[in-house]
Amino acid sequence: MAGAGQNVDLERLKLLHLTMARIRAFEEAALDALGRGLVLGAIHPSIGQEAVAVGVCSQLRLDDVLLSTHRGHGHTLAKGADPTAMMAELFGREGGTCGGKGGSMHIADFEVGMLGANGVVAANIPIAAGAAHAIKLRGEDRIVVCIFGDGAINRGPFLEGLNWARIYDLPILFVCEDNGFAATTRTEDLTAGEGPAARAESLGIPAVKVDGNNVLAVADQATDLIARIRGGEGPKLLVAETYRLTGHTGADPAAYRSDDEVAEARTRDPLLRSSAWLEEAGLDRAAIAALERGARDEIDAARKAAEAAPWPEQGAAYRDVQDIGAELRARAHG
Amino acid sequence: MAELTYLEAGREALAQTMRADPAVWALGEDLGRGGVFGQYRGLAEEFGPERIADTPISEACIMGAAVGAAMMGTRPVVEMRFSDFALCAVDELVNQAAKARFMFGGQTRVPLVARQPIGMWRSSAAQHSQSLESWYTHIPGLVVITPATPADNFSLLIAAIRCDDPVVYMEHKDLWPLTGAVDVDGHDDFDPVEEIGKARIVREGSDVTVVTWSAMVHEAMKAADQVKADGPAVEVIDLRTLWPWDQETVLASVRKTGRLLVVHESVQVGGFGAEIAATVAERAFADLKAPVRRLGAPRILIGYAPTLENEVKITAKRDILPALHALMES
Repeated sequence: MAGAGQNVDLERLKLLHLTMARIRAFEEAALDALGRGLVLGAIHPSIGQEAVAVGVCSQLRLDDVLLSTHRGHGHTLAKGADPTAMMAELFGREGGTCGGKGGSMHIADFEVGMLGANGVVAANIPIAAGAAHAIKLRGEDRIVVCIFGDGAINRGPFLEGLNWARIYDLPILFVCEDNGFAATTRTEDLTAGEGPAARAESLGIPAVKVDGNNVLAVADQATDLIARIRGGEGPKLLVAETYRLTGHTGADPAAYRSDDEVAEARTRDPLLRSSAWLEEAGLDRAAIAALERGARDEIDAARKAAEAAPWPEQGAAYRDVQDIGAELRARAHG
Repeated sequence: MAELTYLEAGREALAQTMRADPAVWALGEDLGRGGVFGQYRGLAEEFGPERIADTPISEACIMGAAVGAAMMGTRPVVEMRFSDFALCAVDELVNQAAKARFMFGGQTRVPLVARQPIGMWRSSAAQHSQSLESWYTHIPGLVVITPATPADNFSLLIAAIRCDDPVVYMEHKDLWPLTGAVDVDGHDDFDPVEEIGKARIVREGSDVTVVTWSAMVHEAMKAADQVKADGPAVEVIDLRTLWPWDQETVLASVRKTGRLLVVHESVQVGGFGAEIAATVAERAFADLKAPVRRLGAPRILIGYAPTLENEVKITAKRDILPALHALMES
């Protein structure tokens, strides 16, 4: 898509690039904080996959609903969540999106329609189907986006959830973020048949493949699919082919793939592309650098605020478990 | 008051709740045709196929969809047919429904009811007969309800649907035809949700306390009727809900009688009876006149042939009555 920048709406491209830069800055800061012991548990970076999150979520309304995965920082930021609250959650602090109760794999922000990352692969698919079912029951015009990885298509809930969405004609966009790896193993080695699109089409769900490192292409496809879903056409699948530039987790050196493979993938970095298009569209390098610096500054401030936030008080461990039959006995701490 | 079967009482509870609250809907296999036991008969005609939703045989998706629909503000009633089949949906129930509220820092609630009938019922063998209630008492976030009578299958199902927490609601398949008086208008002047966690003393007695629930309430009553004693000796407590469970009623009874027998249909090892026995040992040991006794199924599988199935059953005559006599003599 060389030359794409020449015909594009500059303001739109700037916004897409800025959101990707915010996600990149957030995850680089999170990895750095992991190294310094500030991030307490595992994180699953989506560095290299930002165009999928931004291309899809930028097309959603605030009241549309998103279900994400363990690799969900990008989706969540693109849906509009506050990076300070997200970073505080990664640090396990008060003021985190979930008050320090969830961490990276359970980030949710219901105020922006983000109904949860999920620590169990494919578990978000039936939940998303149910959210869409509720929307249909109430006759609303909202839609649900359910993002999952290519590893999820070998779990039963993928079949059950897609079948469910089709038979009830639910307003749901499934997005398979295909980075080629199921955790640390190549998905193609473990997957029979022709992959996610073929499986969806076998259930009567139209599927579209897109270059998941091209934010404009993802955004264009998402715009089209979302309009059709909102218009009552029922579920669709977008398969966005991308590449995870980091390991499976922040601690995974990804020694199972060659340096050459990663170097080649870096040439397709979605931010490099959108940056080049911005230049073609007339934005000079200094302006692009300023835009990216603004993203880093915002995330740096988020990191500082999160680091200054207190731990949740121990009594919070007893709250939000259940109303009826809640365990109220605080443990003695000696 | 109406004379209803246990099955009809549950159906009436769902119908009344659906009339009162448009957010309530039910989903499960064959519901449009009344459900596998007829618990939903007539409801699709009254409420339409959207609110009495026929689903594919996709237990994981039924439960998972209910989680998503509950987080969106509806109140789904999930039908799992058999508690055995609900095992296909344990991730959705345990990892998702039970945890979403806490894990997301209180941003959401998951007010779903997972109906999963338990118990032995007419040579149904190892995959259609289990009583797995103790599994769910172990999971923070879940409420576990095990009604024993038509009246309770009415009021406790209403309570379960109105409750904001996810509820595992376990009807006993052998009780479907049991009839009894049900106060079908009786939930206006009291809040059924407050019934959750309250046991019922079915029969008062002075010498021994029997704590039980579900179908075993009736077996325990049969045994209590046959006990040879001067005056009312056996106190029978129907726990009604296992989480939360009514510790105070049980402890007060044991302090009075000094003897405890816990009876349940499920396997004795790791059964909820162990929790009750341990609690009594911790909190009322000095009041005990005899060691606590438990009666549960042997740790074998439920066989098909009557001779095999009977070996798993706890009966009044063979098991409970001798245990009561032995306890009262000690």
